[in-house]
Amino acid sequence: MRSSDGSLIEVHLTVNGDAVRRAVPPERTLAELLREDLLLTGCKQGCDQGDCGACTVLVDGRAQLACLTLVVAIDGATIETVEGLQQRGRLHPLQAAFVAHGAAQCGFCTPGMLLSAVALLRASPRASRDEIRAGLAGNLCRCTGYVKIIDAVEAVARGDDEEPAP
Amino acid sequence: MAELQPAGPVGRPVPRVDGVAKVTGAAHYVDDLDLPGAWHGATVRSTVAHGVLDAVDLDPDYDWTDVVVVTAADIAAAGGRNVVTLIEEDQPALVPLGGRVMHVDEAIALVAAPTRARALEARRHVRPRISARPAVLDTDAALRAEVKLYGDDNVFKRFVIRKGHGDDAAFEDAMAGADRIIEGVYPTAAQEQMYIEPQGMAAHWEDGRCFLVGSMQCPYYVHKAMKALLGCDGDGVVVTQAVTGGGFGGKEEYPSMIAAHVALLARKAGRPVKLIYDRGEDIAATTKRHPCVTRHRLGLAADGAIVAIDADVVMDGGAYLTLSPVVLSRGVLHAAGPYRCPVVRIVGRVVATNHPPHGAFRGFGAPQTTFPYERQIDKAARLLGVDPLAYRQRLALRPGDTTATGQELTFSVGSEAVLEAIARAAGPRPARDAVSAGGAPVRRGRGVCFYFHGSGFTGAGEQRIAGRATVALTAAGDVEVRSSSTDIGQGAATIFAQIAGASLGLAPERVRVVDPSTDKVPDSGPTVASRTCMVVGGLVERAARALGTRIAAWAGEHGRGGAPFAEVAAAAAAALGEVAETVQYEPPPGIEWDDATYTGAAYPVFGWAACLVDVAIDLDTCEVTVERCVQAVDVGKAINPMIVKGQIEGGTLQALGWGLLENVLYQDGKVANASMTNCIVPTFADAPDLETVLVEVPYPYGPHGAKGVGEIPMDGPAAAAINAVVDALGVDFDVVPVLPETIAARRDAWDAARRKS
Amino acid sequence: MTATGYVRPASIAEAVAARAAHPDWIVLCGATDLMVEAPLRPAPVGVVDVWALAELCGIAEVDGGAVRIGAATPWRDVVTSPLIAARAPILAAAAREIGALQIQARGTIGGNVGTSSPVGDSLPVLLALDATVELASPRGTRRVPYRDYPTGYRTTALAADELIVAITIPAAHPGARQLWRKVGTRRAQSISKIMAAALLRVEAGRFVEARIGLGAVANRPIRAAGAEAAIVGAPVGEATADAAAAALAAELTPITDVRSTAPYRLATVQQVVRRFVLEASSPSSPD
Repeated sequence: MRSSDGSLIEVHLTVNGDAVRRAVPPERTLAELLREDLLLTGCKQGCDQGDCGACTVLVDGRAQLACLTLVVAIDGATIETVEGLQQRGRLHPLQAAFVAHGAAQCGFCTPGMLLSAVALLRASPRASRDEIRAGLAGNLCRCTGYVKIIDAVEAVARGDDEEPAP
Repeated sequence: MAELQPAGPVGRPVPRVDGVAKVTGAAHYVDDLDLPGAWHGATVRSTVAHGVLDAVDLDPDYDWTDVVVVTAADIAAAGGRNVVTLIEEDQPALVPLGGRVMHVDEAIALVAAPTRARALEARRHVRPRISARPAVLDTDAALRAEVKLYGDDNVFKRFVIRKGHGDDAAFEDAMAGADRIIEGVYPTAAQEQMYIEPQGMAAHWEDGRCFLVGSMQCPYYVHKAMKALLGCDGDGVVVTQAVTGGGFGGKEEYPSMIAAHVALLARKAGRPVKLIYDRGEDIAATTKRHPCVTRHRLGLAADGAIVAIDADVVMDGGAYLTLSPVVLSRGVLHAAGPYRCPVVRIVGRVVATNHPPHGAFRGFGAPQTTFPYERQIDKAARLLGVDPLAYRQRLALRPGDTTATGQELTFSVGSEAVLEAIARAAGPRPARDAVSAGGAPVRRGRGVCFYFHGSGFTGAGEQRIAGRATVALTAAGDVEVRSSSTDIGQGAATIFAQIAGASLGLAPERVRVVDPSTDKVPDSGPTVASRTCMVVGGLVERAARALGTRIAAWAGEHGRGGAPFAEVAAAAAAALGEVAETVQYEPPPGIEWDDATYTGAAYPVFGWAACLVDVAIDLDTCEVTVERCVQAVDVGKAINPMIVKGQIEGGTLQALGWGLLENVLYQDGKVANASMTNCIVPTFADAPDLETVLVEVPYPYGPHGAKGVGEIPMDGPAAAAINAVVDALGVDFDVVPVLPETIAARRDAWDAARRKS
Repeated sequence: MTATGYVRPASIAEAVAARAAHPDWIVLCGATDLMVEAPLRPAPVGVVDVWALAELCGIAEVDGGAVRIGAATPWRDVVTSPLIAARAPILAAAAREIGALQIQARGTIGGNVGTSSPVGDSLPVLLALDATVELASPRGTRRVPYRDYPTGYRTTALAADELIVAITIPAAHPGARQLWRKVGTRRAQSISKIMAAALLRVEAGRFVEARIGLGAVANRPIRAAGAEAAIVGAPVGEATADAAAAALAAELTPITDVRSTAPYRLATVQQVVRRFVLEASSPSSPD
């Protein structure tokens, strides 16, 4: 049993492959930890109430909302954020597809959207448009009408965009 | 429909210049900025809709160490004026002691503290005392003027447009000549912009100068407002746009208020301060689309031609004048619709109430007046027993026709082209009746809509603004576009890079579009009114050409005449240092507007659009599914088809949301559903695969033929969707939004209609 | 949220002890409600975090074909469980409509039962399927029929020292139809305007069993006793559907709030229950 009565609690996480050890108060959210302590500001806060999905990150491979997640509750977890999607300086295929298909406009929902899409395609690599719709429905976008986001994810699911052209 | 040949990068789906930064998390929005030592601000707000501020008490039992509190007294003490300067100066930055509280959530005091949590805690210990007065909470009460909020009649602004008649008696004579008159009353609700990035701003002071950075559309609006508030000249304040997470009009005027607050806090705290709104505060306190009621009469000849149009438009401006006169202006200028009509009377009023001020939102008054005329035209078609799309094709304005203000349409009239595009795309109607997976009866309907939208500022607005833009070859040999037009997601930076690149023979990625900052870019006018590509893009094109001409001249003088810009730029920069060309707006020839009579050329040019929507209604729950939405838009020229389609798709879904889903609820002057949970916008699951048809009827005075596109997709789809609901159920719905509750409330009527048909 | 105390027990026994030791702390079981409501409620003194407690997770068949779901089982596991799909398909259907995937990865059935919101998405299903709640405390373990569990607006039968351990859904008669409908503010990520869940069984042209659970039409999830009475013993068909709808009008007084109106809620729940009866009346459509 772990417990604390007012003092900080030590937590170990793996964030984008790096070991992170932090002592946090119980109320510290994952969004606060990422943004304020680790300066991983790709995790956006659009509502702080679990409505917009902009703070979506992967916790042990599952898309979760960093604004609703207490750091103490995920001790030992592996976290993936948008900053960790590139591999050896190359854009992740979904990142490349978002650029090529115009899926990012203002870009504020984009990091969370990408992480939901990553989780979706890991689970269903050949996701259909309807599956993409359902898989991303927790992420709001107000700029695109969603069409180009679906186009981008679908292109990756279909293997269209191995070398995305403009 | 004319086709322009792609000139270099123009006309191609070039990826956004800021795309990689946005998909990697490298794009920094204001709350992402790491400002060492920054404190966090919070705003103390009114809880009453109308009253007098008697006192601002600080809880004596609270520990105020490390907390800064700002009130209105701090403004005058430093030589500033307590106003948020816009059209008028009726709105204070903070309600002064003894001053009038005009709306719920009006700013009364400010706090800042080392952490956000501490600032929010301190805010709870600042206690305004307000003597409440009776509040004015709807436009009818405002017009009765028993409680006076503005002048003697609570009318911020009134416009009258007359075409084809002298006075009201003459108008009624003309209307009396109609074979039949269709009358309707069309209320439309407020709408929240719901950009996903909440509003926010940061400030710090250095050597007596105030530096502001934040989420905004119009750095020079903020700059102007800060000069008055801080009592400084133009050099005393520098306003820089951070990467901005959507605006849609919501970050047009309100950022001046936040800038005022954070500047005052930073000055008093003596350190940087960030003021980032939380979502509930953003929904409750910042501007929304004006609620509006239009009374409309449509006089028809026996053959269905329009004899006369009468529209009376009343908008709820909220507690201060802000941009309301301009929103009303655009509303009335579009209220007769894109239809031939010899006699038109439009009266518009925007009135003061004790709601938080309503303001800019994509469409800017036009969606509110488009919905009424498009319902009226639909009713006419049904009455006449003619196809609604064919009826619109018959009545549509064409080249040589005149608008309600007497503007003769001579060029770039895409009316027939967009209607034809919709006719071609329409396809067969889906089966009228069906059964849902759960066994519920489903009814389908189809609706269309036809509309136009003036590009750029109204009347002589562009001449008044006299926007400027610069294209420069820097001493280092880079090409820079400098304008105050902000990229708020709509792709302005990419479009400018394409336009300048086309003029200079450069790939867009070789053009740097400078992040707007008032100490680095000229005032190109605000990023509003579907003007950025057409007007400022036109300036960028002219400035780039001028730069190209200068560099070509230098090359000629140095034995390299005729060499492409790219080949000589580095040498020219090395020899000349920076070369900058700045140009100023010049109106197209023959554009005359009379502000006194509201006649003439209201806009340099119009965009044209038509939309078709198929809906399916679950008759058990009255939920409406948009199964198909096709919009055809005449954009003049799509500089970047991918970005233009993205703009249209986004605007379309906002419009469908406004028509069928979204709903800002006011209760006693307060937004009752101020959360993203309850003030909803469409999700992926609510959106159909929107179809967009680009139509290009070039505007001869726009860059490569381009005209405005930002707003027009917002104007019509709500009307098309509601026309489709009416088509499905056979009874009229004359209100925005049409929610399942709206439909269910009339179950007996449509059930009877359905059984008859 | 601010909390000073934090306990993450490693076993049910530890959790029960922690709960007993800190009766003023709240139990965190996913926290999707807790965190959203944090700004609106007094800060908890501390939290007992049972979200990752292995003993509380999992879905298993128990005596006589019943299904036992650990309180800390996230919705995602409910959605994907073959056992739930076979035995309680409407629970999977309801789970699929809770928030979006991010919430389903974190939110739990125990959290839904514990919060006991009138709009808790799974709760009408627990009523229709006649579920039982298993509660543990230092005094031992007791089982409460779920229909007796919500006692008022966000109040429940849970004692201050008790912990929700599991939800058990008894085996339904193989001929029973399970029906579910959520009408939300939109198609995803939505709060319910109304919810209805039903278990209906027909024998020889008559309804012999009817349980109807409703959400968002009262201050807590409720059984529609009047409608059930109108259905049981009645013949299949329109007349019974109409009678059930009429009975709902007599027993329900939903409210108007920011999400919907009282007339809409009543009319829609009537339509939905009416449709349930008609669907269950048709012999050819086993779910």
